[in-house]
Amino acid sequence: MSAEATAKLTRKDFVSDQDVRWCPGCGDYAILAQVQKIFPDLGIPKENAVFISGIGCSSRFPYYMNTYGFHTIHGRAPAIATGLKISRPDLHIWLVTGDGDGLSIGGNHLIHALRRNVELKIMLFNNRIYGLTKGQYSPTSELGKVAKSTPMGSADYPINPLSLALGAEATFVARSIDVEAKHQQTTLTRAAAHKGGAFIEILQNCNVYNDGAWDSLTDKGTKADNQLLLEHGQPMIFGKNKDRGIRMNGMKPEVVPLGNGVTADDLLVHDEYDHTLAFLLSRMTPPAFPTPIGVLYSTERQTIEALMAKQLEDAVAKQGQGDMDALLNRGNVWTVK
Amino acid sequence: MATNPAGAPLEKPVQELDNVVIRFAGDSGDGMQLTGNQFTTESVLAGNDIGTLPDFPAEIRAPTGTLYGVSAFQVNFSNDTVYTPGDDLDALVAMNPAALKTNLGDLKPNGIVIVNTAEFNPANLRKAKYETSPLDDSTLDGYQSYRVDVTKMTTEALKSLNLPNRTVMRSRNFFALGVVSWLFNRPIEPTLEWIQTRFKRTPEIAEANTLALKGGYNLAENTELFASSYEIKPAQIAPGTYRSITGNTATAIGFVAAANKAGLPLFLGSYPITPASDVLHDLAELKNYNIYTFQAEDEISGVGAALGAAFGGAIAITTTAGPGMNLKAETVALAASVELPLIITDIQRAGPSTGMPTKPEQADLLQAMYGRHGESPVPVLAASTPADCFETAYEAVRLAVKYMTPVILLTDGFLANAAEPWLLPRFADLPDITVEFRTDPQGFFPYLRDEETLARPWVRPGTPGLEHRIGGIEKDYLTGNISYAPANHEQMARVRVRKLNLMTQDIPPTKIEGPDSGELLLVGWGSTYGSIAEAVVEAQAKGQSVSHVHLRHLNPLPADLGEVLSRFDKVLVPEMNLGQLVRLLRAEYLIDAVGLNKIQGRPFKVSEITARIDRMLEK
Repeated sequence: MSAEATAKLTRKDFVSDQDVRWCPGCGDYAILAQVQKIFPDLGIPKENAVFISGIGCSSRFPYYMNTYGFHTIHGRAPAIATGLKISRPDLHIWLVTGDGDGLSIGGNHLIHALRRNVELKIMLFNNRIYGLTKGQYSPTSELGKVAKSTPMGSADYPINPLSLALGAEATFVARSIDVEAKHQQTTLTRAAAHKGGAFIEILQNCNVYNDGAWDSLTDKGTKADNQLLLEHGQPMIFGKNKDRGIRMNGMKPEVVPLGNGVTADDLLVHDEYDHTLAFLLSRMTPPAFPTPIGVLYSTERQTIEALMAKQLEDAVAKQGQGDMDALLNRGNVWTVK
Repeated sequence: MATNPAGAPLEKPVQELDNVVIRFAGDSGDGMQLTGNQFTTESVLAGNDIGTLPDFPAEIRAPTGTLYGVSAFQVNFSNDTVYTPGDDLDALVAMNPAALKTNLGDLKPNGIVIVNTAEFNPANLRKAKYETSPLDDSTLDGYQSYRVDVTKMTTEALKSLNLPNRTVMRSRNFFALGVVSWLFNRPIEPTLEWIQTRFKRTPEIAEANTLALKGGYNLAENTELFASSYEIKPAQIAPGTYRSITGNTATAIGFVAAANKAGLPLFLGSYPITPASDVLHDLAELKNYNIYTFQAEDEISGVGAALGAAFGGAIAITTTAGPGMNLKAETVALAASVELPLIITDIQRAGPSTGMPTKPEQADLLQAMYGRHGESPVPVLAASTPADCFETAYEAVRLAVKYMTPVILLTDGFLANAAEPWLLPRFADLPDITVEFRTDPQGFFPYLRDEETLARPWVRPGTPGLEHRIGGIEKDYLTGNISYAPANHEQMARVRVRKLNLMTQDIPPTKIEGPDSGELLLVGWGSTYGSIAEAVVEAQAKGQSVSHVHLRHLNPLPADLGEVLSRFDKVLVPEMNLGQLVRLLRAEYLIDAVGLNKIQGRPFKVSEITARIDRMLEK
């Protein structure tokens, strides 16, 4: 017990010796800090943690974590992490990606990693812009986004990361914000504890190419009116004075002021095990609605690595440990004297 | 020895032959591949050496009776060493007019042709673009044609079973096999046994096929159809235990053997593609050998997952064909940069693009050599025969883990599906593959290299004290930390090449088949081995000054190859492409090597190489 106590890791144990090279003021610093803060409490031996990333500003993340890490290629981190997790279920694998890396070039791999329920903790930093390639619009940029590659405004519609994850049968879907330290810690800790793949969208500010993308959600003056903090079993109330809520009107959600006969009892209650509700929440976007923050959805389903490991076990139980000479001699064998 | 299932001794005269090349051709639904495979098994059990060439359309089941729907299987069996499936045919079985039309041109003058007359109806003749029936005009003049109403005879043989017509029709291939088995004195017992095992769960089909096979055999035996049968004496084959193996199965179990030798799990990340999918199928059945087979969402994911598994400490492989190789290129370059062992298997097919997916070609060599961005050298190996796929796959793994590098293994659609007898190795006799994961944190750097191999340490995540980060960004020569230092990048680029070149220390010296100097040297790689070897043996028998070198290691090339080439006046490089190896040899050794190129989705005929040898030796 005492040895364990003295061996308790601290935040510092997870800080690598590399200089962090993000732009000053980048939202990534805050996320890195929260991850390093929660890690000592996750009970994961440092050597069993692996950070895998693709390409982009966010994907430099593994270099800054003093764990195992693999900075791979554009969009393909989910595939690489899947192979690692299947063959090494003992490892705790975190995947760091951005809106370009994860939803554009790597959209296919992301979908399939989620549907397979590979136990990866996928943090998708969403700043709605391409940072590392210097300011082109991204798949989450709003229609009409004026950026370097779209001087007249982008002509494509954005993708909704949470709807996509839910559509891909993700077993844990959540959202947090770079500047919300406590909320991020809670959400990431929940994701870490989830038995299965977890997808966390983290709204993140790029102060160089898309500064203020989430201002309405993060500015002290407006955030209470624009964030909907989800808590399982609690009615959906928001606003500076906790004076508004979400109510169902037939099949449609609506924002209603509390009072004048409308009470918390009339409001939608969050149930994070309800897939339909989660999808509905993922569709709630400003300006009509506040932006939901927290765990939208959580369910349990066997992971691909567990199913595959079981198949290997069953095969051995049924056929015995593979014997090489038997394999070589399989089929029509004849002897020439 | 062949026996009559009825128990009576054979009464017709038996003519002895040295070797026979036979092709079974029919509709893609006629079971010709199965028939060919069974005939092959009967032949190896009769003691012959064999070579096979399956040839089928890309369509799963093309419309019946069409010219493009013909599926064929060729077997060359002999009392001497067999190098190839054979050039021209001694015998052809044509199950319908389309099969006759597309294959008769390959039959030797006076060759045997057995036709299923039932299918020569007006509709089928039209589909085969025959204006008049070849059975009634002069088409079959100059051949020994045997006309059998296979359809009617099969129906007769199966009458007692009261089966639906569809089941009866599907037994016709066994009837034909029975006829041919009698004609060439093949034992049908192995096929009878095989039928029992294969159709264990459908006894009525087992019974139907059994009766059809025996029916065909008895028809040939008891009627006036054939005046005599033929016998091909057993070949002088090196003593030992053999099995008939296709290239894809040999590749699969070569990987299993290597992983087993290394004591590590095998991980295959793959996406289905012709003609590579059978490796995935074979490995998927061997889970009790500690094998993970991951069918990925695409080619990129297949190789990515494999690279992830390599990072985790598994023997990691991916399998594909030409188009998939393109998609994997970026990941292969990453593997070269992070220096992890990974085997990329390209089972080449005719391209570009979808090309002719079921037909072989050797046109991905330059892609394997150079098809990546940046200076990203990767070792390239090629298998030369179906059985050689085993050894080459094994060698690919051995080099990958010893030198910490991705390795490309090239086979092709011909090797993949063709079969040959394989002298079985004993697992204990296979070369050692020792993997030592680094566990000692003392003095550890991710890119600290082994002096002899320049390999960096392989560390399994989960090892305490060795936490480190790798990635595609250029890294410091020692620490592995990101480095853009100009001189460091050049040093890293050069060390990656140097590591590859160092591998020549591990490559056996060039093996020359024939005299080690002379007028002409043929240099080949891959599945052309058989055709070249046989052409060279024939040339040597004629007294021509010809030798043969067949390369397994294409990158790096054997250290002594330049010197070997210099001992011959002329160098000829036959390839199933428009001149890829010949370019490499000309560039590397500044020699006037010439190419013999064929790009028809078919292996070289021996005669095509012989003709070129004769021309090159003309004074």
